[in-house]
Amino acid sequence: MLRHSKAIVAALACALVTTGALAEGTLEKIKSQGYITLANRDASIPFSYYDANQKPIGYSLEICLKAIDMIKKKYNMPNLQVRYQLVTSANRIPLIANGTADLECGSTTNNLEREQQVAFGYTYFVTGNRWVSKKSAHLKTLQDLKGKTIVSTAGTSNLKEITEINNKENLGMNIISANGHPEAFQMVETGRAAAFVMDDILLYSLQASSRNPKEFEISNVSLSLQPYGPMMRKGDDEFKKAVDDAIGQIFKSGEINKIYNKWFEKPIPPKNIDLKVPMSAELKKIIANPTDSGDPKAYE
Amino acid sequence: MNYHWNWAILFAQEPGGSGTYLHYLLVGLAWTLATALAAWLIALSIGGIVGTLRTTNHPWVVRAGNAYVEIFRNVPLLVQMFLWYFVVPELLPAALGDWIKQMPPPWGSYVPAVLCLGLYTSVRIAEQTKASIQSLPRGQRYAGTAMGLSQFQTYRYVILPQAVRIILPPLTSEFMNIIKNSSVALTIGLMELTGRAKSMQEFSFQVFEAFAAATVIYMITNLVVVLGMRWVERKVRVPGLISATRGAQAAAH
Repeated sequence: MLRHSKAIVAALACALVTTGALAEGTLEKIKSQGYITLANRDASIPFSYYDANQKPIGYSLEICLKAIDMIKKKYNMPNLQVRYQLVTSANRIPLIANGTADLECGSTTNNLEREQQVAFGYTYFVTGNRWVSKKSAHLKTLQDLKGKTIVSTAGTSNLKEITEINNKENLGMNIISANGHPEAFQMVETGRAAAFVMDDILLYSLQASSRNPKEFEISNVSLSLQPYGPMMRKGDDEFKKAVDDAIGQIFKSGEINKIYNKWFEKPIPPKNIDLKVPMSAELKKIIANPTDSGDPKAYE
Repeated sequence: MNYHWNWAILFAQEPGGSGTYLHYLLVGLAWTLATALAAWLIALSIGGIVGTLRTTNHPWVVRAGNAYVEIFRNVPLLVQMFLWYFVVPELLPAALGDWIKQMPPPWGSYVPAVLCLGLYTSVRIAEQTKASIQSLPRGQRYAGTAMGLSQFQTYRYVILPQAVRIILPPLTSEFMNIIKNSSVALTIGLMELTGRAKSMQEFSFQVFEAFAAATVIYMITNLVVVLGMRWVERKVRVPGLISATRGAQAAAH
């Protein structure tokens, strides 16, 4: 029976590989379908999230929608529709890789490891990996986290990084994974976890919209730089060039400044809170010189 | 489909530094078995007793048993798991609730998972025990009375030995179910086999390899259970005991 099951698995693997070889590029796919599927998030404020009417909005989403408008004009697809596919940190990469979504615009970190599975367009935001905890806990340095219960979101580069640091520095932390950012933040609120490790901009927006923002503090220590970029299928150079050209145009024309101002320096839905985060030096640098590098050193 | 195959990922180091991904999954299997076996002990003891009591002729005992079974049978396992983990600590007195919430992981997830799984399976076993006892012809009970045995002695020497042999095949299914249902505990943070396969997929992006390995491990485990229970059935078989009653044979399927 074992011999037969090996043959069955091999046959299945061959079948799946051949279907991969026949796949068309994204531009042909969306032209023949008449729509492009955008992967969005539900709670990555302010990059990609739902407003009070469950409509997808956000900074990354707006950049991608403008890029799609430019692609529609350039490749003569005036009636191209945009459909949305909700994804989570855990399933965004599989859903892009298998074709369920064509372009993901959220808070996905571009790094070298992920570039083996998917491709990224030009980086449109740079953030750092920090943690949020209650002020009363006084967790200022990495050593303060020793032996504590730490939470991060499933499927994120932050969870992977803190797991590796825990092992390397022998911190003996107990690391749990939550299904989403709000759930992880709630664990810190209720005391089930001491700290939530995540990109600082996401922590900042969760803190700002919490019931008692003054109760929490975000660490000064940054574990690594996290560049955000749009995610698409690997090996599709034509589509990537189209997306990069469009985003490059948004950067060059200065339209990016208006978009940034709208989401980071003005009140945003759903609670009309103003995040008041001025554009960082790293972001100004990559707007002047766009890059799609997955190496954090390219952003320092 | 644009998937990047890599079966060697099973032998790559997992980020937490505990060893290869395969080792990571096998530790998950150990947690699955620890949860399933502890819950199985609870389920067998409570289920066997409640099922037997429901066949006695004391009306209030029967009603209490029925109420217990209906409560746990009518709510989905996942909802029960969440109730045990999130709601029960809040309903208990503050000191006890806080102590439960402070329980260091993984015990904070393990204890509710075992209790939930144990009680959920106990009602299924109670139903099966009741059905197997009731499938015996009434003559067995009357014969016991005629021989001067008390109700307890009738159960102990006449009814239960036959009922237990009838219930062994359905019990095999329940044993396999409790191993499979232990995967629901991943929703409350217990890192058993399915939870670790999901975590492996999220760290390595190799979704097929991770879940194929988990599938094979579950199948082998359940195969061992089936073969083990078949051995038990052979060992306790009394030739001619059950086949003598046609009603009993129907209940065995």
